[in-house]
Amino acid sequence: MRRAVVASSATVAGIVLLLSLKPHEAATTPAALGTGTGSSGTGSSGSPGTGAGTDAGAASPSAGTGGAASGTVRTVTGSAANTRFGPVQVKVTLDGTKITKVEAVEYPTHDRRDQEINSYAVPLLNQEALDAQSADIDVVSGATFTSQGYATSLQSALDQAAGR
Amino acid sequence: MSVSPSALPASSVRVVRPAAGPGDPLRHAEHVMGTVFSFTVRDAGRGARRAGVEAALRRAVDRLHRIDQVFSPYWRDSQVSRLARAETTLADCDPELAEVLERCREVAAETDGWFTAHPGGRLDPSGWVKGWAVEEAVRLLRTAGATDLSVSGGGDVQCVGGPWRVGIAHPTRPGALTAVVAGHDLAVATSGTAERGPHILDPHSGRPATGLRSLTLVGRGLARTDAWATAAFAMGPRRGLAWAEARPGVEALAVLPDGRKRWTSGFPALVAPGLPPGRALRD
Repeated sequence: MRRAVVASSATVAGIVLLLSLKPHEAATTPAALGTGTGSSGTGSSGSPGTGAGTDAGAASPSAGTGGAASGTVRTVTGSAANTRFGPVQVKVTLDGTKITKVEAVEYPTHDRRDQEINSYAVPLLNQEALDAQSADIDVVSGATFTSQGYATSLQSALDQAAGR
Repeated sequence: MSVSPSALPASSVRVVRPAAGPGDPLRHAEHVMGTVFSFTVRDAGRGARRAGVEAALRRAVDRLHRIDQVFSPYWRDSQVSRLARAETTLADCDPELAEVLERCREVAAETDGWFTAHPGGRLDPSGWVKGWAVEEAVRLLRTAGATDLSVSGGGDVQCVGGPWRVGIAHPTRPGALTAVVAGHDLAVATSGTAERGPHILDPHSGRPATGLRSLTLVGRGLARTDAWATAAFAMGPRRGLAWAEARPGVEALAVLPDGRKRWTSGFPALVAPGLPPGRALRD
């Protein structure tokens, strides 16, 4: 059953990751396109000169030195865009001014970090109860106690322990 | 009962730990709003700085009593109570009441109606007010320069700075924890039946929600996080967790009626390190 929880939460994570990346990719791709079009418009392999184009400037067209003539295949790499999951960088392949391929050259390596986190966090979460004494906590979150309930609460114990 | 909060003597602020040495945390517990608010300011400093933080703490406590006077549905003469009985109009009330009701409408929209300022059909914006009151207290402490502090409003916690280790109370074992989260600038709100029984109403059926023992949300601002926790608790485990999963910046931990736990995909990243499983209690 526990495995099922973890597996389903990992699946959800994957879905959320994909969904969350979607708009960011959409935002990144036009930036990469913008720089690509800029360089083809000037007909030189020089710097695209757009604000987001520092990395793209280094990634000069790999094929076709002049113009945007149809049939000229070249690739342009956009600058890395930060998403909440890490940097995302997109490489666009153009045939003339037509996009033929978009691929991610850098994407968040969250799987490994997730594994590290899960290796210590999930066993803790799966514990039925944790001993407050050894948890070294600063403050407690729980269902709202009444003014009377506070007297026997863990928060009251923390408040009093600090007063001594 | 009608106390004029401005008439509260400064001595009503009991500083639990007086300035015993340089840099000691300033702590205080205040009975208000039918519960207890606990304050910890780690960087209260000493001398003039400490005096400034203590003055801000008194203003924060004053502010809490004032908010209670206006917003409590338990005080017969509060503006909320009078408005609920149609003895006054919103226009004649404190302008903050209209603002609070607007925030409640926002949360209702964000939660597809699972949060309401009219639980059981009667005006009661408490689901927003307590978390907001904590945020107000935090704001006042920050004006005195405090940057490392936590305020708990009866078990709903706003941390500033950090890291802060926040224990999540075990819903059926008094004194034990079900998890510990750690981080900076966290808001941690828990809804559950442990302290006051099944009191959160499902706004759609009008009956108490019973699908969960407790539900904890971790977010940034406590007013919203707390109101969302109330809504997600009413939703029940399946819908509540799916809702939290879909909302950026919020993670959830749910304890089911049979004691099993469920959490959103980002929750494990919030779990406090440094507590080996071997030190956890056995079943």
